[in-house]
Amino acid sequence: MLEVKDLHVTVEDKAILKGLDLTVNAGEVHAIMGPNGAGKSTLSAVIAGKEGYEVTQGTILFEGQDVLEMEIEERARAGLLLGFQYPIEIPGVKNIYLLKAALNAQREARGEGEIPAPEFMKLVREKSAQMQMDPSFLQRAVNEGFSGGEKKRNEILQMLVLEPKLAMLDEIDSGLDIDAMKIVAQGVNSLRSAGRAILLVTHYQRLLNHIEPDRVHVLVDGRIVKSGDKELALELEARGYEWVLEESVA
Amino acid sequence: MSAPERFLKRLNARRGEDPSWVAARRQAGAARFEALGFPTRRDEEWKYTDVRRIAEGDFALATDAEFDATRFDAQRLDIDAYRLVLVDGRFNPGLSELDGLPAGVSIEPLSQAIEANHEAVGGALGRLAGVDFSPFTALNTAFADEGAIVRLAAGTVVDKPIYLLMLSRANDQPVMSHPRVLVEAGARCEATIIEHYVGEPEAANFTNVVSEILLDRGAMIDHYKLQEASLADLHVASIHIEQGRDSRFNSFNLNLGGALVRNDLVTELNAEGAETHYNGLFFVQGRQHVDNHTLVNHNAPRTFSNENYKGILDDRAHGVFNGKVMVKRDSQQIEAYQNNANLLLSDRAEIDTKPELVIYADDVKCSHGATTGQLDENAVYALRTRGIDEPMARALLTLAFAGEVMEQVRLSAVAERVERAVAGRLPERFNLSDLVETAEAVQEA
Ligand SMILES: Nc1ncnc2c1ncn2[C@@H]1O[C@H](COP(=O)(O)OP(=O)(O)OP(=O)(O)O)[C@@H](O)[C@H]1O
Ligand SMILES: [Mg+2]
Repeated sequence: MLEVKDLHVTVEDKAILKGLDLTVNAGEVHAIMGPNGAGKSTLSAVIAGKEGYEVTQGTILFEGQDVLEMEIEERARAGLLLGFQYPIEIPGVKNIYLLKAALNAQREARGEGEIPAPEFMKLVREKSAQMQMDPSFLQRAVNEGFSGGEKKRNEILQMLVLEPKLAMLDEIDSGLDIDAMKIVAQGVNSLRSAGRAILLVTHYQRLLNHIEPDRVHVLVDGRIVKSGDKELALELEARGYEWVLEESVA
Repeated sequence: MSAPERFLKRLNARRGEDPSWVAARRQAGAARFEALGFPTRRDEEWKYTDVRRIAEGDFALATDAEFDATRFDAQRLDIDAYRLVLVDGRFNPGLSELDGLPAGVSIEPLSQAIEANHEAVGGALGRLAGVDFSPFTALNTAFADEGAIVRLAAGTVVDKPIYLLMLSRANDQPVMSHPRVLVEAGARCEATIIEHYVGEPEAANFTNVVSEILLDRGAMIDHYKLQEASLADLHVASIHIEQGRDSRFNSFNLNLGGALVRNDLVTELNAEGAETHYNGLFFVQGRQHVDNHTLVNHNAPRTFSNENYKGILDDRAHGVFNGKVMVKRDSQQIEAYQNNANLLLSDRAEIDTKPELVIYADDVKCSHGATTGQLDENAVYALRTRGIDEPMARALLTLAFAGEVMEQVRLSAVAERVERAVAGRLPERFNLSDLVETAEAVQEA
């Protein structure tokens, strides 16, 4: 589904990603771990299409399509969705406007008509209930005045409504209390299916107790230096990154 | 021939005899206009607005008030209202709907009041907007022979909005009109007044309107000025308000159209408890120029004013905001708040903004702020990552910027017109009212 090959990215002439390879197949959940500043958010931002990153080498394919040739919104409509590490506030734009405009844009791209109002209402109410968000959040401006945990739940709510093929979740667990973590994890797990894939960026094993990954990768200094199954995350939790670094240098 | 002479010679083309009180006023207006001439940018009040396009024009006076009925339906607001229609400054009784006015409500065209030699009207007319206010009020006074006289008896709560619709036609020879609006709101009465300026897209006329609104004790008036003139129309307006004790005035000054637009809004808060709210929004594109000058005079203690003006400027449009608040020496315990925010959608758009607080009292609460900025590109990006295309993302954010003012607008027909215009460059599929309806439905459920 997603194939990243030999990806080199620079920001303001500073090399951040230095030959990164990653393959995610449909039905899989991958976790990316790694020290601060390794390039995890950069990877997801480049896949989502944020400006300011220069791809100097390498390719990103999503279902065989060249992602780097696609506009930001085309990527989303194709089913590639990024949940932000730091979701921004958008004053004046109601959550419900965003959800409806986004969903209809996606439907239009698939050649479907606009979603009928009753169906949309049923959908958003159901999904906000699933995220244990009061319907009043739908009327509020996107993330404005939301607590850190509410912002993260709101990101997942968008995922549940938009049902991406590949959800990239950047530190969706940061700032969550124990209950919120369960709610978010349950939301993410409900997205799991044979046709979909999930890419989780996280620092903590805790999230992976709730969302069991098929593959765990360690991203250090712009490269994936080690990959393994869920046991690798446990090992990292116990031993830190030092040993992985030493191993990869050797 | 000088520009003032060229304008004033059109006075000879007017038909009919004026009662003496009207004739005397015309003369005073003409004499004042001739002496003042058109303002230039050397005048502090006109520093950013060049009126040569008006001064150098040659405008006739309309001789009839015909208007195509189908076009009329497309132009007017779809609201249930008492309606008075002027076409290029001439009264059109056929398009007006003034039947069944409730007791205590009188709405008549100025021409009828003059014909009836209504000196009662004469007394109030021109009291707030004298010929010295500006050359344009002087010019208006010289020419005004049509408009709307609205009188509301004490205690009247008007059941429907009073809708004054001023249409501008595409004429072979451009015309000028000098409508005059007078609203006398008796004690404790409540009403909504709409002044709506709109016309044929090819119209290129000059409208020079003067409105005077008097609020007696406890009166509550919502006043909408919705200016959607054609992109070639020249539009100058001054609105003068006087407020008595415990009265409340809500102004919505919404400007979307016009090539050259100047609005003056002047309020006299003359007695304790008087309260005014100035809400303003303008959206200009191409080479449009909109100048809003507002003034609140706190002439009495314990008076309140709140002003919130927002401007959205695209292309090479130019906006001016000059908001002045004056607090007299003995006007203690007043509150005056002012805010002006502008959104520049293009590098070449320009805004000149100048808040002015002149305060002679010491026990006051005042604040003012002015900001100018662009759309938040991070927000554009965030919306696009959800599949919303760029024009739609920008439109949503532009609407959000206007939102703070639009939320105050209680007439949905007006709100929708403005929101549509603000989101106007959107792809056809942008269905704002559908979004709003959905949001409301979700809330209710
Ligand atoms: N716009 C930018 N300008 C300059 N440097 C940048 C920019 N964006 C990212 N970087 C740098 O790139 C490196 C990788 O950043 P990135 O955010 O991808 O790290 P991360 O792995 O997500 O870290 P964390 O775990 O702290 O979230 C960092 O050193 C960061 O400072
Ligand atoms: Mg990060």
